[in-house]
Amino acid sequence: MNEISLFGIFLSAMIVNNIVLIRFIGLCPFFGVSGRMESAIGMGMAVIFVMTVSSAVTWVIYNYLLVPMGLEFLKIVTFILVIASLVQLEELFMKKYIPNLYKSLGIYLPLITTNCAILAASFLHVDYSFSFIQALVYAIGVSLGFIVVIILFAGIRERLDTAPVPKALAGYPIAFFTAALMSLAFLGFKGLFGL
Amino acid sequence: MNRLKTLTNGLIRENPVLVLMIGLCPLLAVSNNAINALGMGIAATFVLICSNVVISLIRGVIPDQIRIPVFIVVISTFVTIIDLMMASYLPPLHKSLGIFVPLIVVNCIILGRGEAFAYRNRVFDALLDGIGMGVGFTLVIVLIGIIREVSGNGTIFGSARFIAHPAMIMILPPGAFITIGSLMGILNWTRNRQSEKDMIKKEEKE
Repeated sequence: MNEISLFGIFLSAMIVNNIVLIRFIGLCPFFGVSGRMESAIGMGMAVIFVMTVSSAVTWVIYNYLLVPMGLEFLKIVTFILVIASLVQLEELFMKKYIPNLYKSLGIYLPLITTNCAILAASFLHVDYSFSFIQALVYAIGVSLGFIVVIILFAGIRERLDTAPVPKALAGYPIAFFTAALMSLAFLGFKGLFGL
Repeated sequence: MNRLKTLTNGLIRENPVLVLMIGLCPLLAVSNNAINALGMGIAATFVLICSNVVISLIRGVIPDQIRIPVFIVVISTFVTIIDLMMASYLPPLHKSLGIFVPLIVVNCIILGRGEAFAYRNRVFDALLDGIGMGVGFTLVIVLIGIIREVSGNGTIFGSARFIAHPAMIMILPPGAFITIGSLMGILNWTRNRQSEKDMIKKEEKE
């Protein structure tokens, strides 16, 4: 995968292979916190922050600890534990040094441990065997893709609350149909950049 | 009787997917054909049963404060086992499920059942709960897989094509959202009709 430019990796991670609508990863927060615009933005920002840091850390651990010792099969156990404890550390760090940011993102951080998008980004950079910089760019692209889609979706769902929806489809079913239309739109980018 | 209830709870009344709305990611991602869906269902059921049993066995030893990390280690051990087993015995299936095998670790159904049921109950009950919930998940994912494969590809479990011009959109990502949206819509519709009928009956009695 080394022949693809950083910009290509970035755009492909963000739009062409959008993590939510094309890959179906991170659907729980996508449907769970997109009811209100504020919470969608908060969750999206928290994902950008945690995903970038955890991708960097898991890359170092995988390539400098697991591979030299021949322990690649332990990556599932290692990654999930690293991410879970990393989220705790980041929470403590933010509380102490960036209290303003903590105030706005704090409640979303514990939820992130169960967000499969974070773990998926770590597995994917291993699968693609990216270099460190590529992995970092990839993580930023994936998380920006997440925040773009969740904000668009929250905007639509706020409108849906007042729309005359058939009774049987109110709530989650109509949200699924909305997501289907958004996914159809993103499918239009398929094949760009060859990833 | 009580045991039977534990077993059948996960099938319909507390179906993890349709009622509790958890475990959506693998449900939508790998249900583009019935075989993948069945493979995913069996893998998740295996992990769910094993982790439920182990969590229930060691629940007396785990300190309460660190139970979640312990659950995660137990679950990821079994996920690693199924991942390696699939890679050596069923390589094509392992390839088409791809990243979703390791992602069983963060499937909320498994951690949720460990925390809500296995941690508080005896081994045998935890085993039954694991089987019930696992089969409930497998049923729904295979149903979605069959619907998408028949309408999108015109085949069933990889058989010969029996629909000449299938709607390709159903095996693409949007089809997954459409299928689950319609299923939940139908479920809501029957529920609404049932409650309306009950209301009418009540009024007639009065």
